[in-house]
Amino acid sequence: MTTTAPAIELKGISKAFGPVQANKDISIRVMPGTVHGIIGENGAGKSTLMSILYGFYKADAGEIFIHGQKTEIPDSQAAIAAGIGMVFQHFKLVQNFSVLENVVLGAEDGAMLRPSLAKAREQLKTLAEEYELHVDPDAIIEDIGVGMQQRVEILKALYRQADILILDEPTGVLTPAEADQLFRILGRLKDEGKTIILITHKLREIMDITDTVSVMRRGEMTSTVKTSDTSPADLAERMVGRKVLLRVDKQPAQPKETILDVKGLNVTDEAGVHRLKDVSFNIKAGEILGIAGVSGNGQSELLEVLGGYTKANGEILMNGAPIDLTGATSDGQSRRARGIAHVPEDRHHEGLILEFSAWENTAFGYHHDPKYQRSNILMDNAAILQDAQEKMDRFDVRPPNPQLAAKNFSGGNQQKIVVAREIERDPDLLLVGQPTRGVDIGAIEFIHQQIVALRDKGKAILLVSVELDEIMGLSDRIAVMFDGQIMGERLPAETDEKELGLLMAGVTDTDKPHTIEEIEQNLAHAGAGATKEV
Amino acid sequence: MDKMPKWADVVLVPVVSLLLAAIISVIVFVAVGQNPWEALKLMAYGAVGTSDFLGYTLFYATNFIFTGLAVAVAFHASLFNIGGEGQVLLGGLGAAIVCLFVPWPHWTLALIGGGLAAAVFGALWVVIPAYLQARRGSHIVITTIMFNFMASGLLVYMLSDALRPEGQMQTATAIFPDRTHLPSLNDVAGLFGSDLFGRSPVNVSIFIALAACVGVWLLIWHTRLGYQIRAFGQSESAAKYAGISAVNITMIALLISGGLAGMMAVNNTMGINTPQLVDNAAGGAGFIGIAVALMGRNHPVGIIIAALLFGALYQGGAELSAATSIPVQIVVVIQALVIMFTGALDQMVRSPIEKMFMRRSRAAAAGE
Repeated sequence: MTTTAPAIELKGISKAFGPVQANKDISIRVMPGTVHGIIGENGAGKSTLMSILYGFYKADAGEIFIHGQKTEIPDSQAAIAAGIGMVFQHFKLVQNFSVLENVVLGAEDGAMLRPSLAKAREQLKTLAEEYELHVDPDAIIEDIGVGMQQRVEILKALYRQADILILDEPTGVLTPAEADQLFRILGRLKDEGKTIILITHKLREIMDITDTVSVMRRGEMTSTVKTSDTSPADLAERMVGRKVLLRVDKQPAQPKETILDVKGLNVTDEAGVHRLKDVSFNIKAGEILGIAGVSGNGQSELLEVLGGYTKANGEILMNGAPIDLTGATSDGQSRRARGIAHVPEDRHHEGLILEFSAWENTAFGYHHDPKYQRSNILMDNAAILQDAQEKMDRFDVRPPNPQLAAKNFSGGNQQKIVVAREIERDPDLLLVGQPTRGVDIGAIEFIHQQIVALRDKGKAILLVSVELDEIMGLSDRIAVMFDGQIMGERLPAETDEKELGLLMAGVTDTDKPHTIEEIEQNLAHAGAGATKEV
Repeated sequence: MDKMPKWADVVLVPVVSLLLAAIISVIVFVAVGQNPWEALKLMAYGAVGTSDFLGYTLFYATNFIFTGLAVAVAFHASLFNIGGEGQVLLGGLGAAIVCLFVPWPHWTLALIGGGLAAAVFGALWVVIPAYLQARRGSHIVITTIMFNFMASGLLVYMLSDALRPEGQMQTATAIFPDRTHLPSLNDVAGLFGSDLFGRSPVNVSIFIALAACVGVWLLIWHTRLGYQIRAFGQSESAAKYAGISAVNITMIALLISGGLAGMMAVNNTMGINTPQLVDNAAGGAGFIGIAVALMGRNHPVGIIIAALLFGALYQGGAELSAATSIPVQIVVVIQALVIMFTGALDQMVRSPIEKMFMRRSRAAAAGE
């Protein structure tokens, strides 16, 4: 045998959804025992390609070869039979089943469970030793942390004899320490001869652990390179098709008077879970305070309280005067009247009405603004339309058609519609949640510039993001949230990802060494909240 | 890129639905041994064949416009008010009370007073379901349908006791005073020497119905309230973010809905040839309103068209059973088929048509 066949070879894969060409003539070769990264912006077609490989979609054209064998993959059973395992971004686990039951689910040997479970228990023990995938087989999924759940997903694939593992945005919900642990596991799997495909939008991960990387743009595979031959800036350029600024360009902050002063904020949700615990911080004019943390540790609740749609106990002073946290003026309209604008975390369910046209969304939340009214009863639709057109021009929303429904814009352009609406209110305080989630790199650059420009106008900005890079790049001060509490504040120049990562896991004595087990225990202890939402 | 062109959504889908209903209707007619073609001709004749028939069609259409608008307004807030039937009955009670106990000097004033009373009574009847939905999360479908039964019971009680004149056998109010009797359209046409609508009860309240269509159009697409109703209806979480009060919008949208349904009673009490309130005053219009709103895509223009269609179907069906040996139950089956295909089974027709357009636009894109 002179050459090894590639573990996976795709030839000319194409797939269209209606008029949208999601994948265009894609060909790649992934050699066995390597980690291959696939990087691309949202909507570049990465997920579609993997769904074809896993049998969720049927390609319109093209061929798939697994270890040199031409293989048809009409459904996920066929994919599993071909040795492909998939770890989805959103885990497919039964929350109230044990680890063991989840591993066996769908791969039972017969009508009775007992033999399968016994066999799986043995196998898990072997796998755990082989790949350092230690999980308690009898733990209930809802009681274990996200990192552990992800390991169960990997175990599921390995139990099904997968030797090709596809991971879709695996680090989205992990702290840096957990991500490191995952990469160690992936390294181990690779050493054992497994082939790994890693889909991500994080350049750093690609650089850290892949051997080769393919870049996708607008449904096409634009290039495949050896990771050692490229750099983050080069990859970003290949993804976007032009040079991009990866660093946020900004001057040092010049904080002035305190705009927002939060003292002892507490929130308990309907289920009785204590979501915010004595949260206190302040933001000054001309300053960006970044809130770092793993998703689901109280950041959403904090934004909701400030935005006026969750009631809370405690005290919040805005420009020195208290705001109503429970009464009749604790709603979003009153908050806007106090000079608080809000780019919410979830633009699809909060920031926009997807069925409304772009111009209707321009007035959203500000529909009482006198400039949008024709009389006491009638709204001035023409004025809103014109305002929308101007905002879309200024923020370079494409296509610049205000009549188009919000759902028909790309993620980045949808976000620009929201950001334009909120920033152009010239608020004293801007709340920004996950400003660049699902947004393409080009738009990220633009949105970051807008936020910094607002800061430089002497406004206060509260930035919540699960992307540490974004927090480090934009913030003038960083507060880390864990389990509803603020674990500490740091200055970006005086901290690093490792320290923030430990704080995100609830470890405050960050100068001492900590094991991954300790961090995981902490995270699991933080409860179901951490798994609430991705 | 929308899934399909607007004309397909507005015209093609309802037409295909109607065709399917017609095909099944043909099977039903054949099964009961009737010639479907003859039956169809008779129905069409019964709907528009004479001035009387045409007038009746318009009379029923007036009812359906009111109830259709009522369903549509609530629907824009994503609320399914299926209590139109009960709200109509209560509206009738309101109209009857002001007509019987207030000495109106002229029908125009009676129309205003009766219309207001009908709207207020209809709206009041939805207050409790609306409150339970807004504050307690009790599903509006369950509560409004239960309120239909209560309305019907309440009305029978009122008409057999409190409001029934002594010595009258019928469960109905006394006949309203002359000055509360709305002029029929034939009276109006008579001013120009025409006999366009015969002895049919279609009356000036059809203009109120059309005005209500304009009003609803303005409300939904040109007022702040309408904006908030639509925003809430599309996304409750987004409405929360924007500071739109779910409780207020739920209450207001349902009250307007109940008011519109109640106003139908003006047509059905003050407008009929013998103006009075009878115990089956709603006659199913509350439910037909659901189909009208669905078929009319919750837009006033669509609702007018759908109401005319259902008016014709209702009237034509009545003539069909009167003129032939076709049992009235079969006519009800035909009407139910149309409601089912245009309303409940809308998605069954819609999604294949959508897919067809998707395929076509993809083919067009590939051919570029």
